[in-house]
Amino acid sequence: MSFDYNFHWRPVFKSLPDLIWAGMTTLQVAALSMLIGIVLGLLLALVRMHGHGSYRWVATTWIELARNTPALFQLFFFGFGLGAFGIHLAPFYIVLCGLSFNNAGYLAENFRGGLQSVPHTQVRAARSLGMGIVRTYVSIVVPQVLRIVYHPMTNQMVWAVLMSSLGMLVGFRELSGETQFFASRTFRIFEYFAVTAVLYYIIVKIILGASRLLAWRLFRY
Amino acid sequence: MSATAPTATFFSSFSSKDLLFLGEAALNTLQISAISIGLGTLAGLIFGWLLYEGKLWATLTLAPILDIFRSVPLIIQLVLFFNFAPIIGLRLDPFQSGIIVLTIYTAALVAHVVRGGLESVGEPLHRAARSLGMTYWQDTFFVVPPIALRAVFPSWVGVALGVMKDSALVSVLGYVELLKASQILITRTQEPFIILLCAGAFYFALSFPVARYAAYLERKWAV
Repeated sequence: MSFDYNFHWRPVFKSLPDLIWAGMTTLQVAALSMLIGIVLGLLLALVRMHGHGSYRWVATTWIELARNTPALFQLFFFGFGLGAFGIHLAPFYIVLCGLSFNNAGYLAENFRGGLQSVPHTQVRAARSLGMGIVRTYVSIVVPQVLRIVYHPMTNQMVWAVLMSSLGMLVGFRELSGETQFFASRTFRIFEYFAVTAVLYYIIVKIILGASRLLAWRLFRY
Repeated sequence: MSATAPTATFFSSFSSKDLLFLGEAALNTLQISAISIGLGTLAGLIFGWLLYEGKLWATLTLAPILDIFRSVPLIIQLVLFFNFAPIIGLRLDPFQSGIIVLTIYTAALVAHVVRGGLESVGEPLHRAARSLGMTYWQDTFFVVPPIALRAVFPSWVGVALGVMKDSALVSVLGYVELLKASQILITRTQEPFIILLCAGAFYFALSFPVARYAAYLERKWAV
């Protein structure tokens, strides 16, 4: 086995601050897409459960498309596919839209499972105690659902971070895109991507740690 | 010059021949995912069992290694491996690199699922099997699988479908699978919408029925 490759780590360490900033962009787009995904996912879940006619059809189609096609395909669709209609999004918005679309689809099914696990009798009991529909959901249903969907939501956040790496294929300069940019300038592809892999690993561990901390704070009783 | 003068066109429109090209690429997607899922599942079963048995060395070495493959984006793993192989003197084409990375990735995910499935089999059952005079291996091969399968199978289908969809990422290495083929066609024909629709429809047609069937089985098998 020939091993005559010289590793050059110096250029990588020189651009480490840039990579860490790009990691912040990754976190930012992932967190934003999560927020949008949670709101849309909740809406989709409710519409799929209680909606009628075409509303329900739209929600079901969205969920099934998001879950049954590759995330990269979804990104390409927001990138190139919309171009056919003269809509050209900036790379950041391509990634944000693609991730939000995907997150919403996956989270909707998690939320649906969570919502279905709270017996409807509880809602009726709360209503007969004189609570309004909003109050019922906020104080009775959501706290129970949150416990069930918390873990899947954490997973989805991790997935969002991992999926955002696809941004490099649509020209978005998040962690992967930035890495590719540097790697193609210096031809130190292996070194750059090795460091990026470590950075992703750290980001994922931070998210999981923060999530555990938050869970400990939220679900103490 | 009249307005109807023939102009040089770089872009030719989408034809039935291109559909054939997409079809071939779809077969490539199927091939690379089938091989990786098959091999990855085998490895994942063994890894999952090792993790479940909880031998100290497995928990100390295997668990963190498999964890890495679940915490680093697949696309980074692919680029990294593709550029690492020549360093240690391996000459691999994109297809082989793709299979190796996807197999390890599948194995890491399957191991996680299998470990969970094995843990879902209660300890009393093992003890009952052993006190009936069954050996450890009889317990493992005849008592555990029917029960563990109930927990493992639906999640395994999810993993397999995920890998099938993620095989689209092998396109970064230049392997012409379905999504890469559609990108090539888009560059030539400038008709992104219809081509992406075809590619998406293929993934959907493959994934949706299987996912539905797995959900049905999960409901049917629910205790």
